[in-house]
Amino acid sequence: MKAVEVITGTGVPLKRSDVDTDQIIPAVWLKQVERTGFEIGLFSAWRDQQDFVLNDERYVGANILVAGPAFGVGSSREHAVWAIQQYGFDAVIAPSFSDIFRNNCTKNGLVPVVVPEVVVEAIWAAIEDNPQTSIVVDMRQRKIEVPAANIDERFPMDDATQHRFLNGLDDIALTMTHVDEITSFETNRPAWMR
Amino acid sequence: MGKTLPEKVWDRHLVHSTEGEPELLYIDLHLVHEVTSPQAFDGLRLSGRGVRRPDLTIATEDHNVPTENINRPIADPISAKQIDTLRINTAEFGITNFPMGDPNQGIVHVIGPEQGRTMPGMTIVCGDSHTATHGAFGSIAFGIGTSEVEHVLATQTLPQSRPKWMSVTVDGDLQPGVTAKDVILAILGEIGTSGGIGHIIEYRGSAIQSLSMEGRMTVCNMSIEAGAKAGLIAPDQTTFDYLEGRAQAPQGANWDAAVADWRTLYTDDDAEWDKEVVLNAAQIAPHVSWGTNPGQVASIDTPIPSPSDFDSETAQETVQRALDYMGLEAGQSMRDVSVDTVFIGSCTNSRIEDLRAAATVMEGHQVTVPRVMIVPGSHKVKDQAIEEGLDKIFTAAGADWREPGCSMCLAMNPDKLAPKERAASTSNRNFEGRQGPGGRTHLVSPAVAAATAVKGTFCTPGDLEATS
Ligand code: SF4
Repeated sequence: MKAVEVITGTGVPLKRSDVDTDQIIPAVWLKQVERTGFEIGLFSAWRDQQDFVLNDERYVGANILVAGPAFGVGSSREHAVWAIQQYGFDAVIAPSFSDIFRNNCTKNGLVPVVVPEVVVEAIWAAIEDNPQTSIVVDMRQRKIEVPAANIDERFPMDDATQHRFLNGLDDIALTMTHVDEITSFETNRPAWMR
Repeated sequence: MGKTLPEKVWDRHLVHSTEGEPELLYIDLHLVHEVTSPQAFDGLRLSGRGVRRPDLTIATEDHNVPTENINRPIADPISAKQIDTLRINTAEFGITNFPMGDPNQGIVHVIGPEQGRTMPGMTIVCGDSHTATHGAFGSIAFGIGTSEVEHVLATQTLPQSRPKWMSVTVDGDLQPGVTAKDVILAILGEIGTSGGIGHIIEYRGSAIQSLSMEGRMTVCNMSIEAGAKAGLIAPDQTTFDYLEGRAQAPQGANWDAAVADWRTLYTDDDAEWDKEVVLNAAQIAPHVSWGTNPGQVASIDTPIPSPSDFDSETAQETVQRALDYMGLEAGQSMRDVSVDTVFIGSCTNSRIEDLRAAATVMEGHQVTVPRVMIVPGSHKVKDQAIEEGLDKIFTAAGADWREPGCSMCLAMNPDKLAPKERAASTSNRNFEGRQGPGGRTHLVSPAVAAATAVKGTFCTPGDLEATS
């Protein structure tokens, strides 16, 4: 996993709430056994519609997705995170995320940024006004800055998750530092659980 | 201060915890299927890691298996490849797999309980968001992503942030004809798709306690639709009776020790909840979803809402888009809406009691809906249904009786809706395109699905009796 310190870039306004993972990557795209190539499936049903925001030339090259509340609800498919990353996004800003989606983000180096709905709306206004508006996601200070909209806002993230992003750490290696505790837990499990 | 049931189960599984960090939880049972596991096994190989506890890991083929002609090669090359890959991976890492056609094969959330593998007080994970089904037994069961599948394979643990505890109490007696599915749809209508985010829900109250194990599974199954991490129900005599004598359940002295332990799994009287919701069972009617998320649901007699019933602009737009997609008008009655397909199946409603409920309604009738598919959840369910003659009732009524699998729940196999095709479905998700691109899904109970199959428009079994 790649270390993430500061992400600087531009945003795409995805002005929808309850964006579910079936929309992020429809099930037809899940059938492969490899881990790459999912970008073509990202929002594929919506991209068929001419007026969908990812088809808007003004947002080509943006690396931050700015979405409505309850982003990533629905199926646990991690392919949703891979598709968003492989399409070129480094962070998703939203008022709230589904738990599974948010977990999947932190395991793959996609930054989930939770800020109040009013802040998201202010960012939407700024990037609709000027798609080149600069957005900075600072993992060191756990805050986002959109100077053009006077936004300088902290976002919640626990220390361990931040540490992992900053150092690009693999989860399994972290867990295996506790292997003795795992082994002793196992010896104490009741017989009826085997 | 006392503890809630989910908190007790959670704390029993703590391997390691450090203030301010996710806690390391031990996982008692890991269920694996062909769609979310290949990249996880790939990851293990890439990093030279093995599977720590193959004995606590069980695999089955369910998500994209065809539900007819299962003796022939699978037509879709990618489905075939995922299934082959699972067989190769489970063989290489020493994991038991129940392949297509095996007497133990079925939807992963149907076979765990029916084999007696799912037990109270466990932690259970699977790369499928409906894992909460197993919470019906008083276990913490939740869906995980592919990286987490890899993590559990390698370590048998999972780092997790401590959730909050939420109670949903349904007190009173359910009206005749109101099923477990209607209970959970009513809960979803009440709390919405984000009402449970960050929480584990315990379903409580006399209406919940009166449900069979299969009904409890239906309720817990859709916890994820409320955004909850998991949902569970305290184990009781109903739970123990269901488990006793099942192939993988404890036997003899182990059984007694297990039951003694399970009797301690309840929420203490002085425990505190982070969030509480109460519903009156007597007020719950048969439900039908009208929109494109499971929170967009109402009783069959409630007119379809109008965007102007909602306050925020985002909500209004979401409702309008849902109505446009579903091809419905505000104010319309669901009873006037006709359907093209009825699907009875999925891990929400494909167990024997669901099939019995559907058969009771269809018996002596002919279906008028063009396509009616009945897909049992497992081979065991299928065999039992055949033994009871349910398959004959379905085929005599003109319905299509299939092989077990997820089928039209997510349309990864050949069973799909065409664009604008409207389905009454006993599954759990009515998202845009879930059952095929452009398809329109209405979530209902097996009884409503069966009655609708006969009448052609949404209705309850009571309506059929009134007209016949
Ligand atoms: S039936 Fe549907 S929800 Fe259940 S496991 Fe299969 S795909 Fe998932």
